[in-house]
Amino acid sequence: MRVPRLPWRTAEIVAVRNETAHARSLALRVEGWPGHAAGQHVDVRLTAADGYQAQRSYSISSAPAAAELELLVDYVPDGEVSPYLTHEARVGDRFELRGPIGGYFIWTAAYGGPLLLVAGGSGIAPLASILAYRAAAAPGIATHLLYSARTAEDIIFKERLEAWKEDPALAVSVTLTRNVAADWSGYRGRIDAAMLHEVAFAASKSPLAYVCGPTAMVEHVADALVSIGYPAGRVRTERFGPTGEST
Amino acid sequence: MAADEKSPVSRGFVGRRRSPAQAERVPPGQYVTLDFPILSAGPTPHTPLEQWSFALQQGTQRLAEWSWPQFQALKQTPVTVDIHCVTKWSKLDTRWVGVTFDTLLEAAGLNTPPTSYVMAYSDGGYTTNLPVADLVNGQALIVTKFDGTPLAPGHGGPARLLVPHLYFWKSAKWVRGLTFITEDKPGFWESLGYHMYGDPWKEQRYAGD
Repeated sequence: MRVPRLPWRTAEIVAVRNETAHARSLALRVEGWPGHAAGQHVDVRLTAADGYQAQRSYSISSAPAAAELELLVDYVPDGEVSPYLTHEARVGDRFELRGPIGGYFIWTAAYGGPLLLVAGGSGIAPLASILAYRAAAAPGIATHLLYSARTAEDIIFKERLEAWKEDPALAVSVTLTRNVAADWSGYRGRIDAAMLHEVAFAASKSPLAYVCGPTAMVEHVADALVSIGYPAGRVRTERFGPTGEST
Repeated sequence: MAADEKSPVSRGFVGRRRSPAQAERVPPGQYVTLDFPILSAGPTPHTPLEQWSFALQQGTQRLAEWSWPQFQALKQTPVTVDIHCVTKWSKLDTRWVGVTFDTLLEAAGLNTPPTSYVMAYSDGGYTTNLPVADLVNGQALIVTKFDGTPLAPGHGGPARLLVPHLYFWKSAKWVRGLTFITEDKPGFWESLGYHMYGDPWKEQRYAGD
């Protein structure tokens, strides 16, 4: 089977939006972008004036049908690429990207539901793409989003979360793991089997689960889902390294 | 790595240059990490050692099979190698202990490998395809120790394949056996857009690279 090589394409930043103190959305215009499936990611390549290049992967947070491709970039202290994208890059700047990449952590309407989406931190990005796609393509599919953030200030996509709460077929739960205010009405603490037992669809309903976030959180949640009866084959995961960037 | 002629300069990007010594060891598009990131497509399987075995197969025929104690009694070989993940991280000087593919063939009484390709298979249903030519002569091991301690489940324990000269998805976690196949065919990631062979020095990340 001969497949054409995925080409590097030039992306131009058309909008930036700071989601939290360290996470930023980049809206991009990409020449010849072939489209993507909800949940996929891209490789980004930056080029310095002397030709030096560096590559990293970032999740797509926009719907497949959206006019602009949107990436979420979380600042990694001591990183090489994310500090540039979160602090230096501005509208009109250009870099290259290649994709879409990843054929397993995706959801299409044909997969059906019910759908359980569990995110930790910036792991919300591919799940936001899935939710945007679902709202347009299959709004009736019963879905539950469980989102874990460190503090209220670390919640990414606050406006989208409010909009999602209006969807009668979509239940949204947020848990905070640190500095939780007394009047916080959501969940408190890390996601565990007890919390999942309360908020997740029962295994008997054959739900399909997508879990994305930092490694330890994903390990924990995937194990907990298996412990409450989800077959391993119905739990798709995407893990971010401990930090992923150093040296 | 030099820029393609067409690569636009990303205004204000400086980046972090590698030392020449490091540059020689790190394939194009990779960066060095001191962490050991974990990436896998589903929950981590936890197979008790009493239920664990490792097999060589051809079709439905079992050529050889070892229980955990039998596997531990095979010649154990330590290696120190650099590993390269398709998600861009490389980790230098990783230390492993395991059984080489050559030792397995010998213990199974196979003078020559029966076919030119294998499909590695794992707990959890993961598979990956490899040419036999990339496994022989000490190039591949089934490892059970990392950095002097038993391999943790998150990193593929109790045993994973280690083929360090190919992208790390070829080093199947939770490996339970190798099936000899006559013709190369795609495994799990190879069916989902990743490259059939995966040479990091040629940047064979995705189908078509």
